[in-house]
Amino acid sequence: MAVTMTVPASERTPGKSRALPSALWPWLLLLPAFISLASVSFYPIFNGLYLSFTNRSLITQDNDFIGIANYVQLLADPPFWNAWWHTIWFTVISTGLETFIGLAMALILCETFAGRGMIRAAMLVPWAMPTVVTSKMFGWLFDGQHGIINFILLHAGLIDQNVNWYGSPDTALTTIILADVWKTTPFMALLLLTGLQTVPKSLVEAARMDGARAWTIFWHIRLPLLMPTLLIAGLFRALDAFRVFDLVYVLTGGGPADSTETLSTLSYKVLFSTLQFGYGSAVSTAMFITEGLIAVVFCIFLVRQIRKTT
Amino acid sequence: MNESRSVFQSLVIYFGALLILIWSAGPFLWQFSTSFQLDKALTEGTPSLIPNPFTLEHYYNAFIEKGLHHYVLNSLIVALSTTALCLIVGSLAAFSLSRLDVKGRFGILTVILSVSMFPQIALVGPLYLIASDLGLLDTYTALIITYLALGLPLVTWVLFGYFETLPREIDEAARMDGVGPVGLLWHIILPMSLPSLVTTGLLAFITAWNEFLFALAFTSDSDSQTIPVGIANFTNQYYVPWGDIAAASAVVTVPLIVLVLFFQRHIIEGLTQGGIKE
Repeated sequence: MAVTMTVPASERTPGKSRALPSALWPWLLLLPAFISLASVSFYPIFNGLYLSFTNRSLITQDNDFIGIANYVQLLADPPFWNAWWHTIWFTVISTGLETFIGLAMALILCETFAGRGMIRAAMLVPWAMPTVVTSKMFGWLFDGQHGIINFILLHAGLIDQNVNWYGSPDTALTTIILADVWKTTPFMALLLLTGLQTVPKSLVEAARMDGARAWTIFWHIRLPLLMPTLLIAGLFRALDAFRVFDLVYVLTGGGPADSTETLSTLSYKVLFSTLQFGYGSAVSTAMFITEGLIAVVFCIFLVRQIRKTT
Repeated sequence: MNESRSVFQSLVIYFGALLILIWSAGPFLWQFSTSFQLDKALTEGTPSLIPNPFTLEHYYNAFIEKGLHHYVLNSLIVALSTTALCLIVGSLAAFSLSRLDVKGRFGILTVILSVSMFPQIALVGPLYLIASDLGLLDTYTALIITYLALGLPLVTWVLFGYFETLPREIDEAARMDGVGPVGLLWHIILPMSLPSLVTTGLLAFITAWNEFLFALAFTSDSDSQTIPVGIANFTNQYYVPWGDIAAASAVVTVPLIVLVLFFQRHIIEGLTQGGIKE
């Protein structure tokens, strides 16, 4: 690499001759990262925004500027609102469940017990697994005929007959939420655990000495101190849940009867099945805007919470 | 704390711990067991966790009939290239932000991190058009370039966090000896950062190994498709080959799990310092 050559070259050149390069170095080193992010993230966002004002189609080869016509069509498009609501519902429910169950797991892991290290390690398994594999795995676990979940529930007497989990419009979205909760909760718990571990032990001990019950300690000491961590982890999870694609696309493909269609899968279909890049870009831009709104609302809430506690 | 715990409290904790263990490991264990069971055993009567009779039929199907090894090879090439590039570009950026005089570095870091929150579906259309114009569809290159940008924010952020923990005195000493910034990074900072490089490399690898959306859009044949796309397309015409899918799942997940379990302590530390630290 050029690296080894640079060292001797600059070794004995103190003072002015190095003044200019040394001011440029930081930016030179940042350049590759900037080029990468600019071309693969920023450019497509702006290009997508532009495309959303055109009727670009890879079938008809149209490529004309049509103003806001795509957005007018979008706002009156039932499939779009259908997907929009599914996405919001999925995001709220899965983030809520993940935070709640994750917190419970973190509180257990906060205690010392034999085998804690092993459990913490096992909790990384769902996180590391490819989402496509998770999706297929839940397809098998929740299979309508031979799935083990049906078998267990049937024998526990909780259901009378096999449930066609992701094959029926009533339960398909729930099944996908369960898969997402399974995959991301343990990791959420590990993040919250590190937050819990920063709560000073002396504080908890002192409260215990004063005879405070476990619930009081949690509610008045641990939870308020954990709040910033909880909200940041929740924000990242919500933004991630909002873009859900792999789970839905592989498990149900948006069906049955569009009951699991989300904004990502809808965009993908408009883009790559109908090849309407103009309209498809309008869908994904609308999604980007919604996601931005979620982030802003969350951040305002976060700042307020942090101000309140400090 | 242990002494003050009642028997009841201990029971609650151990029961909770057991539930977490079942939650985390149970489903994949069942998937793993499924991969060794005959279709007949899977669809009849009482499911059993111990394969009886034991069979490698599904592994045979996955490799010989469905050509799983093509996808594994593609994934390996793409993921390893992505990892190497992410580490090079990410460490240069993180080093610059942490050790050199960059104005507004926290602003830059925030922008870099927020990029990772962009919905990927908003990127895939325009990137597809570019890749198509450049003739990069069905190539590793298109995937590697994209995955570099996907992995970069987290890699930069975590490495930055680690570099910040290294003492500033070494910079001074290096400067005294007339070592330039690149020399400082290459000869001093990077060798000191091996644990963090391993963690971030693993994160970049997992990102690329598991990515589905872009691979689905950019590739259309088994010469360039990666494992997630291959597994997603694992269907037979008349029934779902759950056993074959389970075998393929095991092949692509077990190595990942072994790696993660091996480096678990570093992963949790690395991610929490990068993602949550305020």
